[in-house]
Amino acid sequence: MAVCGESGDTTQFSEYIAKNVHLYKMKNDYELSPRASANFTRRMLADSLRSRERYNVNLLMAGYDEVEKKAELYYMDYLASMMELPYCAHGYGSYFVLGCLDAYYKPDMSVANGYELLKRCIAEISKRFSINLPTFSVKLIDKDGIHDQEPIHARQLVI
Amino acid sequence: MSIMSYNGGGVVAMKGKECVAIASDLRFGIQLQTIGLDFDKIFQAGPKLYVGFPGLATDTQTVHQRLKFRTNLYELRENRKVSPKVYASMVGNLLYEHRFGPYFVEPVVAGLDANNQPYICAFDLIGCANAPDDFVVAGTCEEQMYGMCESLWKPDLGPEELFEVISQALVNACDRDAISGWGARVYVIEKDKVTVRNVRTRMD
Repeated sequence: MAVCGESGDTTQFSEYIAKNVHLYKMKNDYELSPRASANFTRRMLADSLRSRERYNVNLLMAGYDEVEKKAELYYMDYLASMMELPYCAHGYGSYFVLGCLDAYYKPDMSVANGYELLKRCIAEISKRFSINLPTFSVKLIDKDGIHDQEPIHARQLVI
Repeated sequence: MSIMSYNGGGVVAMKGKECVAIASDLRFGIQLQTIGLDFDKIFQAGPKLYVGFPGLATDTQTVHQRLKFRTNLYELRENRKVSPKVYASMVGNLLYEHRFGPYFVEPVVAGLDANNQPYICAFDLIGCANAPDDFVVAGTCEEQMYGMCESLWKPDLGPEELFEVISQALVNACDRDAISGWGARVYVIEKDKVTVRNVRTRMD
């Protein structure tokens, strides 16, 4: 789960969700599917929306469903509207990056091509977006679990 | 910037001869940015009963889930499927419960009752029901849809003609609204089947 938004809310909310997902596994002996976790997260966010203080976080949740045998990506904004999408982005950078993704994304891309596409998006932001974002960490989620990939440094990209 | 036009979208429902059709656009956007192209605002509530929730996307999902909870309990207690009039009453009730902190959706209910007679009903965000004999519209492009429906709709349309009429009404209305469109899905409910069709629209 990648979170952005109000400082404090990001850590508190993401840890709350992560620990509850882990608790489910401890109680029931099997893990929540990505779809169930995303819906649980949406429910928590929607309930907090109409309570005394809302969590101001935007999230992307990614997971691999072992039963359905496919990877899933969920976009959730701070109002708790959720959509399953092939690719997505939050923040001002999304205005630049979604166009890139629309043009170059293919549903059957390999991991290497996906990583190249991420680099292309970051190159785009480095070139056209006024806020300096020098480094991006990358994680790959597949049937074998979560793998840390090489971080992408904006300086090293050919712009 | 109004809350009801934060996400955008539109839903229309029309009565025909022993059939009813309900249609929605498929855009999921945040103000003027389009995020997703498969956000259907229509959900199935019974074998011949569908409901659409145009408005704020988070409330579309929340109200659908809260209503599903209530209809599940109804079906367990009463041991029968909920009828369109009863379902509409439940929708109005749920919305008025939140009279002073409302859900920002304007639901549209469409279905066939036990005698296969068509029933449509639309609500405002606080649960005022409107169940006319012709068509109902809701969403950011409702004024455009009123114009299209008023000119195209006739009483006693068959299922195929109803599909044509409702598709043209929705597509042309969405073409005149910047935050609606990007695809459309139409459900035609007849006594023995429900046909779901995706309509090709301008993707802008």
